[in-house]
Amino acid sequence: MSLDKNDVKKIAFLARIRVPEEALEPLAGELSNIIGWVEQLSEVETEGVAPMTSVADMTWPRRADTVSDGDCAADVLANATDPEIPSGDANVGGFYTVPKVVE
Amino acid sequence: MSYIIEGKTGDWEVVIGLEIHAQIISQSKLFSGAATAFGAGPNTQVSLVDAAMPGMLPVINEECVRQAVKTGLGLKAKINLHSVFERKNYFYADLPQGYQISQYAEPVVGEGTVVLDMPDGGSREIGIERLHMEQDAGKSMHDQDPKRTFVDLNRSGVALMEIVSKPDLRTPEEAGIYLRKVRSIVRYLGTCDGNMEEGSMRADVNVSVRKTGETELRTRTEIKNLNSVRFVMKAIEHEAQRQVQAYDNGEEVVQETRLYDSQKGETRSMRSKEFAHDYRYFPDPDLLPVELTEDEVEAIRASLPELPDETKQRLMDDFGLTPYDAGVLVAEKETVAFFEAVVEECGDPKLAANWVINQMPRELKRSGKSIENSPVSPQNFGKLLNFVLNDTVSTSAANTVIGIMYVDGDDPVAIIKDKGLEQITDSGEIEAAVDQVIAGNPDQVADFQGGNEKAIGWFVGQVMKSTGGKANPKMVNELLRTKLKG
Repeated sequence: MSLDKNDVKKIAFLARIRVPEEALEPLAGELSNIIGWVEQLSEVETEGVAPMTSVADMTWPRRADTVSDGDCAADVLANATDPEIPSGDANVGGFYTVPKVVE
Repeated sequence: MSYIIEGKTGDWEVVIGLEIHAQIISQSKLFSGAATAFGAGPNTQVSLVDAAMPGMLPVINEECVRQAVKTGLGLKAKINLHSVFERKNYFYADLPQGYQISQYAEPVVGEGTVVLDMPDGGSREIGIERLHMEQDAGKSMHDQDPKRTFVDLNRSGVALMEIVSKPDLRTPEEAGIYLRKVRSIVRYLGTCDGNMEEGSMRADVNVSVRKTGETELRTRTEIKNLNSVRFVMKAIEHEAQRQVQAYDNGEEVVQETRLYDSQKGETRSMRSKEFAHDYRYFPDPDLLPVELTEDEVEAIRASLPELPDETKQRLMDDFGLTPYDAGVLVAEKETVAFFEAVVEECGDPKLAANWVINQMPRELKRSGKSIENSPVSPQNFGKLLNFVLNDTVSTSAANTVIGIMYVDGDDPVAIIKDKGLEQITDSGEIEAAVDQVIAGNPDQVADFQGGNEKAIGWFVGQVMKSTGGKANPKMVNELLRTKLKG
């Protein structure tokens, strides 16, 4: 499988990564190379082999339903400064703030 | 029950499927130990996992899985012993991870069935496509500041079940009945509180229309985030009309997400995001597949409470109630519990059903209370019915008593005594009242004696009035007939 310029443009948009127009073509080549390299794995015969979900032989760790975390709003908001809020204090009323999103 | 929209180019039927998002009842979140309680201060129930801090790892809350399985069993559905959490990738301010952990290709619950009780007494089976677990996003508030959106992550990571129906629903009313039924089932099970006002249950509705007789499905639209049964029904009506008009005008219906505006009573397109449906699901590498054993599932099955359909059948079999009455009683588990306690007290299920279905909601509404904080105990409710059964009070006096019970206090004995509402069964006293009415109304007497038998009702009313509603109506009737004919 190889990617063209438009595929790269779409992937970049979905990932919210800004890619200049002139970088699309070279990126398409590089990404296609990587995919081609990984695709060698498909040469291995895997018919009837169940997908392996982990290299460690273990089952899903379970957590009991008890409240053991949270109640740390100050930590959660510690990095959330917002220059748009006049006070310079992002923790307006204890919320995160972001540029207005209205659907 | 058919629902046909007459368009310019012919008759159209509506095809509806519902996706119900139901918050799982649990103490802590699906992947973190933060609390789930409603109404806490902003961002106080957020762990570093829920805020998606780098390097934080999710660990599955086993109780949430059990609750999802329990719900699946309640929906008579296939339980998948092996299921997988995947990442659904999209960007939004209230989704700190940049993806929602959900189940996609391998959900925990497969196909099932919900039986609807239709108003005509019949029933309809609606297929369940699947039920999967997923985490909720945070909450955005757009009205706090002119330029900023505020985000509270308390809901972020709370466990949800998404219950997806097959496109088996054909009318707005059926969709409403289906939503109510699923709500009733999860509330009986104790897996979701069903509180639509607090957002613990909401629905996305898929709607398409097709000419009657067509067997293929046409393009559907999805109306997101409806938080009441009424809105679900209204939104379907409007959206179906809109689609019929589009086809009639030679336009196409575009597959898109729409929002219902309850103020304007219309649906409108959400600003369509390019590639909006390209979620690039893939198994979450941070989580191992959920593996359950037959024994675990059987243990959950053994713990299932009686469900609405079973309770309804039991009320019909044991008490001889009509399907309609039994259906009304079982819709809310609190109502049926109250009803059964009333029956225990008074021993007459039909009278109890009648009063619990009619008088109880009326009095609760009048006193501004709900059945959860009912001012009247089922024991006192039943005691009052006993007084009706043994002729201590007339039905009309009992109606007065119950009104007082719901407002002032709840002991019927005291109220009846206090207000002097014991039924008059002393024939002498009733006879005096009857004589007085007959003597005072010669015209009506002549009317009756002239052959208008129906006039008896008027006389009964007059006697009841003059005795303050306390005379035994049966005795009044008999005395009147004897005397008027004599």
